[in-house]
Amino acid sequence: MSVEFDRKIKSTLADANLQLAIYTATGRLKDKRIENVADDILPDYQELRTHANALKKHAIENLDHYLEEFERNVEAHGGKVIYCKDGTEVSDFVLGLAKERGAHLIVKSKSMTTEEIDLNERLEHHGLESVETDLGEYILQLAHERPYHIVAPALHMTRYDVADIFTKHLNVPNEVVIEKQTAIARSVLREKFLAADIGISGANFLVADSGAVVIVENEGNARLTTSAPKIHIAIAGIEKVIPRAQDLATFLKLLARSATGQPLSVYTSFLSGPRRAGEVDGPDEFYVVLLDNGRTKLLPDRSKRQSLYCIRCGACLNTCPVYRKIGGHSFPWVYSGPIGAIITPQFMGTTHEPGLPFASSLCGACGEVCPVKIDIPKVLLELRSDVKKAEAREKHGRIEKLAFGIFAWMMTHPRIYEMAGKIAAAMAPSDGGWIRTLPAPFNIGPVAAWLSQRDLPPPPAKSFRDMWRQR
Amino acid sequence: MSREHILHRVRTAIGRSAGQPVADPPPVRLRIPDVPLAIRISIMLSRIEVLAGKAMRSDDPLAVVAAAIEGKTAIASNAPFLRELGITTLPGVRTCITDRAELRDLCATCDVGITSADYALADTGSLVLLSSPQEARMISLLPPAHIAIVPKERILTGLDELFTVLPDPASQTSSMVLITGPSRTADIEQILVRGVHGPGQITVIIV
Repeated sequence: MSVEFDRKIKSTLADANLQLAIYTATGRLKDKRIENVADDILPDYQELRTHANALKKHAIENLDHYLEEFERNVEAHGGKVIYCKDGTEVSDFVLGLAKERGAHLIVKSKSMTTEEIDLNERLEHHGLESVETDLGEYILQLAHERPYHIVAPALHMTRYDVADIFTKHLNVPNEVVIEKQTAIARSVLREKFLAADIGISGANFLVADSGAVVIVENEGNARLTTSAPKIHIAIAGIEKVIPRAQDLATFLKLLARSATGQPLSVYTSFLSGPRRAGEVDGPDEFYVVLLDNGRTKLLPDRSKRQSLYCIRCGACLNTCPVYRKIGGHSFPWVYSGPIGAIITPQFMGTTHEPGLPFASSLCGACGEVCPVKIDIPKVLLELRSDVKKAEAREKHGRIEKLAFGIFAWMMTHPRIYEMAGKIAAAMAPSDGGWIRTLPAPFNIGPVAAWLSQRDLPPPPAKSFRDMWRQR
Repeated sequence: MSREHILHRVRTAIGRSAGQPVADPPPVRLRIPDVPLAIRISIMLSRIEVLAGKAMRSDDPLAVVAAAIEGKTAIASNAPFLRELGITTLPGVRTCITDRAELRDLCATCDVGITSADYALADTGSLVLLSSPQEARMISLLPPAHIAIVPKERILTGLDELFTVLPDPASQTSSMVLITGPSRTADIEQILVRGVHGPGQITVIIV
């Protein structure tokens, strides 16, 4: 585990207010999800999960086919598709288009994919104004922070934090009433929507047979982003494609329920191409950026590629006992929680934060709530194996290799094992209590760290082997 | 830019060649329950109430709308249905705007947007609006209040029926939106606030 990871975890654990905020928010989301997938509300919940998994599996296994079908249909409706390898290619495209059209102001709706590539910073570096319009994302953009949670980005902030941020950046009087804070954001952002030249959105789904981008939201900012400016650019990972519009009946029933416990989010937009002849409003130009940014690295492995099924609902975060303690900012990349623990090492390489796949109790709760049935615990184990294999090739892995070598040798040599047992029994505390530390020369480094979190039962004075011989 | 590069990487990784046929996807899963119209209406009404919207059945929608917009400014969509009901001639109502900029400015300043709906989904209390020369996107989005008037036979059971009736929405419109209750956020301390960017009030009149 890196020093940075360790430090962030400890500071989160030590912050009582933050602990309460994370616990309350995730708890509420978790309970609402449970209510809304209950048997009497959604009797075919498990069938829907199985079906969603099968659809995602099929789409990923035939990804090139569905991407090309999607592209053909976007073009048939007058839109354009741009494939981008990474963030640089995305910002080059947006900057080029903005220059051609003389655009200066961009409004953005919430998108984890654009967080991945730091799109706002890239655009602002080149003199464009790019404004987040989801309330939580807007607050974070003003505060220069990244999302704390996939669906509740400003979960860690209080109304007092928001009041300070608004006062500092928007020149408004200190306002701590949440309704009034929301009204402030509404009026500031309304101006931006009406003046913006380009709207940039993410996408929850790309529908191959329709060439459509589907966006799910509660505030209305994504509708404004995609409909008010003359240019709409949707930026989506290549894994977002699903075969048919009719498959949405399955995915939409699962997504909002898993994310916020709503049967449907307030707005579900199904957008294909620029406005048609006769339509009064809507964009004149419609672009879909299909982003790789490391996704193709996940494809070769038949098991781990299921990480790409994710529909970013955040249910695994809310249910995870680790996320609920260490919070979103402890995680080393934009994606946090169990899903972050499996996609970060695969996108960024296992050395980015080798401790990440180990920061899990493997309790299985994440896999149980996943609406598309990603076997997150299994992928975590596979990544642990990858990390250890990589470490074994490095020097610092050799000590561990040696330790396990000695252990294996002991376990396969009964006499040695028995002798070790006797020595341990002789050294054990005589009061029969738990072992919490080892005597001086042995209580070092990893041994001490291991024992600091765990208690060992003392070895018995008389071993099973002894009893067997004396029976 | 990187089209060929990315498609090549994808194909290599999943072991496919360009243009290789695809096995059939899992079958479409759409189950439509048999729910009589009267029940669909009552479910629709109660779902909207749960979402903190107003919902009612009315044989005289003109009077309901007239009372709701009295003393206010409103913009009505170009749906012939609204004209037939006489709503477009109520005092304070503007309609038949075909210029985008003019429509946007009006929607940004008036109090109420009035639309019809192409469909409604009873089990979630959703309105389904397809953008068209009759229905613009901004009318149900920019004004602080939205009134929708929905003929009762357009109330479907839910998503499965919608995608059965409308298997290919893109063939008809550039934008289909499902509206389920008033605009809301809970981004600050998980406290629910309505009307953050879209309308904070929604009224559905079933006729």
